[in-house]
Amino acid sequence: MKKSILTIITSVILLLVLINVFHKPETQNLKLLKLKEQYSQPKVASVDHSKFEILQKEFKTPQEVTATCISCHNERHKEVMQSSHWNWERISYVEGRGLTSTGKKNVLNNFCIGATGNEQACAKCHIGFGMNNKEFDFSNELNVDCMVCHDNSEEYKKGSALAGYPDRNVNLSKVAQSVGAPKRENCGFCHFTSGGGNNVKHGDLETALLAADLEVDVHMGVNGMDMSCVDCHTANQHQIKGKLYSVSSDNENRAYCEDCHGNLPHFDEMINRHTSRVACQTCHIPEYAKVNATKMEWYWSEAGELKDGKPFTEDDSLGNHTYLSTKGRFVWERNVKPDYMWFNGTADHYILGDQVNSFPVEMNKLFGSHDDPSSKIIPVKIHVGDQIYDPNTKMLIQPKLFSKEKGDSAFWKDFDWHTASEAGMKNIGLEYSGEYEFVKTKMYWPVNHMVSIKEKTVACSECHTQNEEGRLAELTGFYLPGRDRSITVDFFGKFIIIASLLGILLHGLIRIFVVLKKNKYTVQVINEELK
Amino acid sequence: MKKIYIYKGFERFWHWVQATLIIFLALTGFEVHGSFEVFGFESAVKFHRVASYALLLLIAFSIFWHFTTGEWKQYLPTTKKLRSQIRYYISGIFKGDKHPSKKTELSKLNPLQKLVYLGFKIVLIPLVIITGILYLNYKVVDANNIIVISEIPLDAIAVLHTLGAFLLIAFLIVHVYMTTTGHTATSNIKAMLTGYEEIEDDKEEITEVKNEN
Repeated sequence: MKKSILTIITSVILLLVLINVFHKPETQNLKLLKLKEQYSQPKVASVDHSKFEILQKEFKTPQEVTATCISCHNERHKEVMQSSHWNWERISYVEGRGLTSTGKKNVLNNFCIGATGNEQACAKCHIGFGMNNKEFDFSNELNVDCMVCHDNSEEYKKGSALAGYPDRNVNLSKVAQSVGAPKRENCGFCHFTSGGGNNVKHGDLETALLAADLEVDVHMGVNGMDMSCVDCHTANQHQIKGKLYSVSSDNENRAYCEDCHGNLPHFDEMINRHTSRVACQTCHIPEYAKVNATKMEWYWSEAGELKDGKPFTEDDSLGNHTYLSTKGRFVWERNVKPDYMWFNGTADHYILGDQVNSFPVEMNKLFGSHDDPSSKIIPVKIHVGDQIYDPNTKMLIQPKLFSKEKGDSAFWKDFDWHTASEAGMKNIGLEYSGEYEFVKTKMYWPVNHMVSIKEKTVACSECHTQNEEGRLAELTGFYLPGRDRSITVDFFGKFIIIASLLGILLHGLIRIFVVLKKNKYTVQVINEELK
Repeated sequence: MKKIYIYKGFERFWHWVQATLIIFLALTGFEVHGSFEVFGFESAVKFHRVASYALLLLIAFSIFWHFTTGEWKQYLPTTKKLRSQIRYYISGIFKGDKHPSKKTELSKLNPLQKLVYLGFKIVLIPLVIITGILYLNYKVVDANNIIVISEIPLDAIAVLHTLGAFLLIAFLIVHVYMTTTGHTATSNIKAMLTGYEEIEDDKEEITEVKNEN
């Protein structure tokens, strides 16, 4: 009796222990749940602008709206006028240059090349009114465009080639009464369609993010946290956190995943260890341009072909322009695997007037290296192409592209590179020798958005592999387990293993041979004796 | 033929667990190295780490055992009969000569074994263990307030660890083969399993006994 009770107790204890060992309840990520809770709180505006009497009127000009905003928010415009959104430049320390002012004013790219001289069209993405040449008055507060960022009615849009003025059909009163915190539509108006079309430049910022699902962007997915741009890109006095290294240079005021998630966000210590050298984006953004294609290559050298004296367009099956007489030939791609680079948060750019000394011309340089402890591996989109260059002055040319009329030297109307170069360079006061050619260019765009759900995260073996297709195959100079090895040690190792095997094989065979021979001899002797 | 008890309980347990762990570590380690795919890289890394902790624990116990029982003296190297032992493996074994050294409870290792196992214990195992511990805890950069071991480059640690692994495999191959050179082909393995080993009769001893009769 006693014995059976003891057996039952022991087996029950054993069972409980086994259940404990083999049953693992899913661990709750409390930190993440807390963030989710925090960002699920409904945002309630503290004021309703539609109830303000001062806004109950018909506004004739957009400046009138700005003046009305300033009449209450009487210091805010000064903050805006300190920002790079307004100034199109920012002073920062650049390695090799010292303190430098860089921005859209003086930096070139390998998309539409540059804004200077084409302000009438390019200022569609300037937060001001009336920037139609480089003489724009940056001190006139009435030209600050509050509405492009703060319109909550989805009514507001800037007109095409109106130097930053709103489209003529916009109902300014409706816009003024709707204002509030910026929504995706506000930021997206410029940042989704920069470069002249949806997703042309970034690859990870496009109109699909206005209503994307979790699979496209785990933060912005409307079936998920449904976050807006300014949830991460927070602002203090209109200085917005986060920057893009197509124009920015320094490591200040950046927006990091770590700001919310911390720098040790995983349960697995081994994975946490990666965060010191690998940026979050590297593993969590396995691909970009998940919905619509992005431009990967842009060849200006082919621009200017005409059919019957008229410019023409060629499209691919998805409706992306593959050729435009005005801009040249393009290559688009979807679901692109990023390239990877070491990056320490500082960058240099091709600034108007710089002399080129290596090809392909790097429109921007991202600084960083495996032996620099402040560098991390980040994913980038690399946009390549060719563009116009003066072989005598060794400068990239800022051509005059846009004009409303023919005969104004603008390439998009006259299709003459020579006059466009002459007019464009004269406008900025730089020399043009009269000769031009097209040189290869390269530009790096860090990929930060379209973060995937965790199930789609890059797997260990996609980097830790000897496969030449491995994601980090081209990022050499440091030891990556699984990818790198000492050829000498591997050779020696294989050699001693093979030598050992051959050695024992030989030794063993001789032993077997000797034994067989001896047995035969013994058998013979026995047989002799039996006779 | 007679049987003697030469491998004690803990020794046999230690030997087989260590053998299993080393083979498992080689399997997962060479997968991490990129030599083949069995478990998948991520699992291989996890298994390798868990097994390495197990091996460290086992080695800690075995060091304790060696010193408390005095068994460590078995590994003191000697040059006596070393040459004849080597000569035996090179030629004597084929002629059917007798083992030059006699196995007893007090001296279970022949001079060549003493030397090889001592090398195994104080060179090979420490090489993989020390590089392994450094690899296990290798952390770089203090940008995230993480402990830094960046003074020693990772490639040096990893390459030495790999070298140790290759040497261990070569050791394993030869070691397993050498077990067949006992009194019979399986007598050594049986001994490591049961503790008792069959050894060659000492004919002189027997004749002496006969004479007494």
